[in-house]
Amino acid sequence: MNQDARALLALLGPNVAKEWIQEGGGTLTEGARRAMEAEAAELVQGLRSGFEEGGEVGAFEARPWAAARETLEALSRSRVAQGQTAAETSAFVLSLKRPLFSALQRSADPAAAMAHMWSVSLLVDKMAQWTVSAYQRTREEVIQRQQQELLELSTPVIKLWEGVLAVPMIGTLDSARTQLVMETLLQRIVEAGAHLAIIDITGVPTVDTLVAQHLLKTVSAIRLMGAECIISGIRPQIAQTIVHLGIDLQGIATKSSLADALALALQQTGYRISRTDQ
Amino acid sequence: MNAGMYRIPILQMGSTLLVTIQVDMQDQTALALQDDLAGKISATSAKGVLIDISALEIVDSFVGRMLASISGIARILDATTVVVGMQPAVAITLVELGLSLEGVRTALNVERGMQLLQRTREEHLLGR
Repeated sequence: MNQDARALLALLGPNVAKEWIQEGGGTLTEGARRAMEAEAAELVQGLRSGFEEGGEVGAFEARPWAAARETLEALSRSRVAQGQTAAETSAFVLSLKRPLFSALQRSADPAAAMAHMWSVSLLVDKMAQWTVSAYQRTREEVIQRQQQELLELSTPVIKLWEGVLAVPMIGTLDSARTQLVMETLLQRIVEAGAHLAIIDITGVPTVDTLVAQHLLKTVSAIRLMGAECIISGIRPQIAQTIVHLGIDLQGIATKSSLADALALALQQTGYRISRTDQ
Repeated sequence: MNAGMYRIPILQMGSTLLVTIQVDMQDQTALALQDDLAGKISATSAKGVLIDISALEIVDSFVGRMLASISGIARILDATTVVVGMQPAVAITLVELGLSLEGVRTALNVERGMQLLQRTREEHLLGR
């Protein structure tokens, strides 16, 4: 441990955490203050062990600072969960400067204090940077998870009748979505031993050549599995678009509504529907 | 026949030949199967060929084409080919490879495949 590190370690006394909260905490309820004090104390402890293990102030990514980094990550995660902004989170970390600077001022040797000032400033800045990037990572994880959930939510496979499955497609059909639909639908066809799958595209806003290609791929895959496929829910505008684009849907049964598709499916599987009261 | 090469057995059930592919297909195995099947169809004058690929987890374009050409060969020899039990992942792979196996009949499992063959045979007898 060099001179600089020893001096900084001396600054991280027992009162730092408390002063830090007074500086960065703002107005807090008693419970929140206690929770923050615990976080701050843990962080101060992490910094102490960082110095003791010979951590360099300039290299915050190095191994000695692992404990401090973990605490900062936990802190940003909890701030994300509380809905605080990145600015508030990093401002909290940056407010550690005040107690450390005042501790430096109180120290006996002003010349040495000036030298340590730079190290303190550098360390706290690094911590704030790390916190912000951890905050962003956490936010991105949240967004990714939500995207995944949205993807899964929008592709339910419904059993309409014995051996007849339906997938109401909702939203734009991109490659990832098609892939997921294909996988879940084919899997369900195997599980249910279905003869027929109805793909309903009422909820698909636009059909272009790419979307049509995705649909055709799905139909081919279903046929390869040994089942048949009906596309339903084709709105008049979409029918026009399909014809104008010159997309070939020959050989694929298409119906304008899910009801028609179900009627065709029942007919193909040998059912006949009749009303009892007439 | 060299010792290292595996030949896929062909079972006869009435006028149907049953082939169950249990191993991942090498190109050589596929070619040998095509050869054996052509011989067996003409020897037994079978009317149907059922190829069960439910254990097959990996296909490449060669095996895909092989399935299509077996179907074509069988048709010339007056037999209907049904490929049964394709895994979802295999179906997706074939579609992505651009092989939709036009002209090859498919069924979900062996039982459905047998029904399909039976139906085709009856239609055939009725002269349709």
